[in-house]
Amino acid sequence: MKRTLSRSAAPALAALALAGVGMTAPALAQDVADPAALAAAEAVSGGTAYILNTLLFLIGGFLVMWMAAGFAMLEAGLVRSKNVSVQCLKNIGLYSIAGLMFWVIGYSIAYPGFEGGFFGIGDFPYAMQGVGEADTETGYSIASDWFFQMVFCATTASIVSGAVAERVKLVPFFIFVTVLTGFIYPVIVSWEWGAGWLDAMGFSDFAGSTLVHSTGGWAALMGVLIIGPRLGRYGKDGKVAVFPGSSIPLATLGTFILWLGWFGFNGASQLAMGTIGDVSDVSKIFVNTNMAAAAGVVVAIIATQLRYKKADTTMALNGALAGLVAITAEPLTPNVGMAIVIGGIGGLLPVIFVPILDRFKIDDVVGAIPVHLVAGIWGTLAVPLTNPAVPFLAQLTGVVATGVFVCALSAIVWFALKATIGVRPSEEEELAGLDLSETGIEAYPEFARTSGS
Amino acid sequence: MKYIIAVIKPFKLDEVREALGSIGVAGMTVSEVKGFGRQKGQTEIYRGAEYSTNMLPKVKIEVAASDDLAAQVVETIQQTARTEAIGDGKIFVFDLASATRIRTGETGDTAL
Repeated sequence: MKRTLSRSAAPALAALALAGVGMTAPALAQDVADPAALAAAEAVSGGTAYILNTLLFLIGGFLVMWMAAGFAMLEAGLVRSKNVSVQCLKNIGLYSIAGLMFWVIGYSIAYPGFEGGFFGIGDFPYAMQGVGEADTETGYSIASDWFFQMVFCATTASIVSGAVAERVKLVPFFIFVTVLTGFIYPVIVSWEWGAGWLDAMGFSDFAGSTLVHSTGGWAALMGVLIIGPRLGRYGKDGKVAVFPGSSIPLATLGTFILWLGWFGFNGASQLAMGTIGDVSDVSKIFVNTNMAAAAGVVVAIIATQLRYKKADTTMALNGALAGLVAITAEPLTPNVGMAIVIGGIGGLLPVIFVPILDRFKIDDVVGAIPVHLVAGIWGTLAVPLTNPAVPFLAQLTGVVATGVFVCALSAIVWFALKATIGVRPSEEEELAGLDLSETGIEAYPEFARTSGS
Repeated sequence: MKYIIAVIKPFKLDEVREALGSIGVAGMTVSEVKGFGRQKGQTEIYRGAEYSTNMLPKVKIEVAASDDLAAQVVETIQQTARTEAIGDGKIFVFDLASATRIRTGETGDTAL
């Protein structure tokens, strides 16, 4: 579904133009027999719809912005203490680079302004409206739209940082983020939300299981494969050396923050709040989003308890996120039962795929690939289960096309970085922790392993 | 004089300190340590991968005692720190050549 025009603001505006009714109380609507008058009674005036639509973008936008904090805390908690400072710097750095790149060129590629295409560039850099001006023909402030789209771009980059944590230097990582947020992600978005060729064939990705999460997941997978595992992670006999995270409370807080942010991610992807129908849909999306995450957690706890005789906290955290990623492709059409099924299966995926990745020596520090890539694919393919208007073949095409494009470009960038400036610190630096060699300051200096007091 | 080093379970520290205080031990040195014994730690699962925690956290207490008190100190620690489960720890006793109180320069039993 394209994401440039709000889905139902226009009919609401039309209804208003006919009836000229302002803020009618919803209760009154039931007493009105005439359908036109009914629609009018349920709608708000054009200016109010503009304000409500814009408000939805702004609230959703800052909730999704806050997900950057969630990723930062999740990753800070799941890396070892000697890499925490670098991990925090990567997270605030990537969020900032994503914003800059999405303004310079990203948005113009993502929304080129024509339909059915593979690639195009609209006007750039993106022009915001002037002081006091409004964009009444779109039904919302274009600045609020830009802000809302930008924070999704940042989320994609956040996914990569967790997977490749603890063994990639700052500069090559930031260069990769620059290309990802300025080019790779915007092209994928243009195919669907920018009314490109995937949108034309009926592909549907409501809030970005494929566009955001799988894109980040594929980019992360390429990074992990090309950079290689952390030193000492896999023994010659295939034994996995466990590197427990530095702070389970931080990882838990990060997960809760992401869960909160997801109400903006999915809820505000309704893109309109100017009618009773829209605001009800946003509410239903909130419920489905929450229930999918809850089911993901419960399934992950039960699965680890059954398989390992002990529940695994970090798997429960992954389960919440995988449930959220799974419901993101279609959070509106499922009933609560189906949302629980989609999220619950999502929550099972990390429990299955984390050990499988380890078997292939794919060292994903935080479980980003099972959570964002695998659950993203599942959520995308599950859309036709509850939304019969969406053809399965289109979903499959979207998943495969995204995988091929993102993998090819990500691999080129990672290989180019590896061949030129190098992606890894020296063995000595990696073993000492990247905090010292990259930032010079450890996250927890009270426990410094270095000399001096 | 004897120098007694005991490695005990961390949660037993307060009980042992109180018991030693009640038999007249005036001071002790405590450190948080890690180690293993015959049990060689234990195996856990983290994110689907097995790992052995072969160094378990313990508390090491060090007490200097006069010759008359030493046996009682050992017995008190052994009785108090005991849970009858594996990993209760060990007590080691050394001969202590001298003791000096830094502030006054006193030596021997009076310095303890």
